[in-house]
Amino acid sequence: MSVTQRKGAAFSAPFFVGFAALFVLPLLYAVHQSLYTVRTSGLGIGPRVEVFAGADNFTRALSDGTFWASIGRVLAFAVVQIPVMLGFALVMALLLDGTRRRVAHRYRLAFLVPYMIPGIVAALMWMYVYSPRLGPLTDLTGVNFFSPALVWISMGNLLTWIGAGFNMLIIYGALQSVPRELFDAARVDGASELRIAVSIKIPYVRGALVLTGMLSIIHMLQIFNEPLLFRNVVPEIITKDFTPIMMIFYEAFDSNDYNYAAALSVVLAVVVGAISFLFYRFTNRASR
Amino acid sequence: MTSLASPRKATTTSAMDGLPVGATRSRLSQAFVLAGLALFALYSVAPVWWLVVSATKDQSDLLYTNGLWFGEFNLGRNLEQVFTYNDGVFFRWVANSLLYAGAGALVCTLISLAAGYSLSRFSFRGRGLGLAMVIGSFLIPGAMLTMPLYLLFAQVGLVDTAWAVLLPSFISPFSVYLAKVYVDGAVPPELLEAARVDGAGELRIFFQIVTRLMKTGAATVFLLAFVGNWNGFYLPLTMLRGEDKWTLSLGLYAWNLKRVDSENDLTALVLTGSLLAVVPLAVFMIAMRRYWQSGVTLGSLK
Repeated sequence: MSVTQRKGAAFSAPFFVGFAALFVLPLLYAVHQSLYTVRTSGLGIGPRVEVFAGADNFTRALSDGTFWASIGRVLAFAVVQIPVMLGFALVMALLLDGTRRRVAHRYRLAFLVPYMIPGIVAALMWMYVYSPRLGPLTDLTGVNFFSPALVWISMGNLLTWIGAGFNMLIIYGALQSVPRELFDAARVDGASELRIAVSIKIPYVRGALVLTGMLSIIHMLQIFNEPLLFRNVVPEIITKDFTPIMMIFYEAFDSNDYNYAAALSVVLAVVVGAISFLFYRFTNRASR
Repeated sequence: MTSLASPRKATTTSAMDGLPVGATRSRLSQAFVLAGLALFALYSVAPVWWLVVSATKDQSDLLYTNGLWFGEFNLGRNLEQVFTYNDGVFFRWVANSLLYAGAGALVCTLISLAAGYSLSRFSFRGRGLGLAMVIGSFLIPGAMLTMPLYLLFAQVGLVDTAWAVLLPSFISPFSVYLAKVYVDGAVPPELLEAARVDGAGELRIFFQIVTRLMKTGAATVFLLAFVGNWNGFYLPLTMLRGEDKWTLSLGLYAWNLKRVDSENDLTALVLTGSLLAVVPLAVFMIAMRRYWQSGVTLGSLK
């Protein structure tokens, strides 16, 4: 390696040192922690000692029904909510693309308003909007958005509201790069605007849809804020193991079982990696 | 290079009036498009409108007047309540949020620019592996790392300090990737060679040439990092215990919890505080929308 290249490599040193300390090391430490467990000797009043437990925490995690139920829950949620949200985002982007640029810019900003709201504020705000006592929605519709039948839909709507604008931006960006001549050619051939959207525009943004889909799945697997706030209102429906991250949080800070929380974190990281990989392989093959 | 140029080119060709020449679109389909746009805009803005209206109401108006229109105008009193509650702890949270988001994003931008430049314009051994680690780590999202980080920070005594929130915000693989994409497009290698021939040192080249060429890229990286930090909740919730170190999001969450527990109603406090938490971010983002629009699209096209 020449001197210049070595100096060039040095520019990335701060990042990779930080990366090692804040990404790699915590994961290794979590693996290490998950190999131990805390035993309390003598009827729970003796000193707490950390003892080596081998794979105990992992076998416990792998056979922990509530943990896998929480993963299943967010995946079931993802299967319904993500297509709806991306559908919204796609329609928004297509509508923007079908109008004059100046009009489009104004509406695009309006669509992005939810993206400018801090996540916890967005969730708080919707909790009040849903609230039967304070919010306008129950007055308008006469239904209770926190009832067991509706609470999933309420949460899905909240996530859709938060995420649609951001995804619209990515899809709209991809739409802008479709060669405009294609539309003219199609129009000359007598294709309707709807037909152009379905046959040209949507296939063209498939890559953007795959990307947003993948980001959404990863995001959904680590969902925390929204169910936490719902839990404040309806704790009997939104249990403390409703989502994987909630379960890890409560295992650590409620049950004080840090070792088990570490093991769950490691298992969850592996699950997320595997799901992302499968999704990538699957959509890559489908789009070829 | 191409990915930087192409979206902009698309913009100019159709910027004249949005519709290609000779396109005749039926009025019906245009009306349909406008109706659809209006509907989605209403969906996006209505809850925020409700928040704005509610922040101007007192307790009884919140309960007994139409939620979508103003009652008696009490914004002043609500603001006073937010600012004075618990000795003005709200200001403390604003300052903390600005510190964590601002300082975190600033350092993150500098580190990411340097790393992006290094990965883009040099071919040292391990570069490919480094790039693979950067991209691979997109798949491990922040929330999954938070608990392991907590355990580690507890070991070295960083829990419940500002560093526990700041340090993780310095390192962002996505920012590095974004910076690399920008350097690919904005920093011509010939210029670097010319500077080297003229005898400029590598540090000087980076700080005097690269950072100047990268102004737009740096602004985008900074903005996205700032927004990410400002919106963070799970990390500060895990790391910070003392009220004086909290962020706005944490504080509002705590007020909302308290509202449920205590007998004196804090609803107006939570709502007005929430609105105030939106304002700085919204102003900041609208002022810098040129940057984040290009940033998000650029990151996704590659």
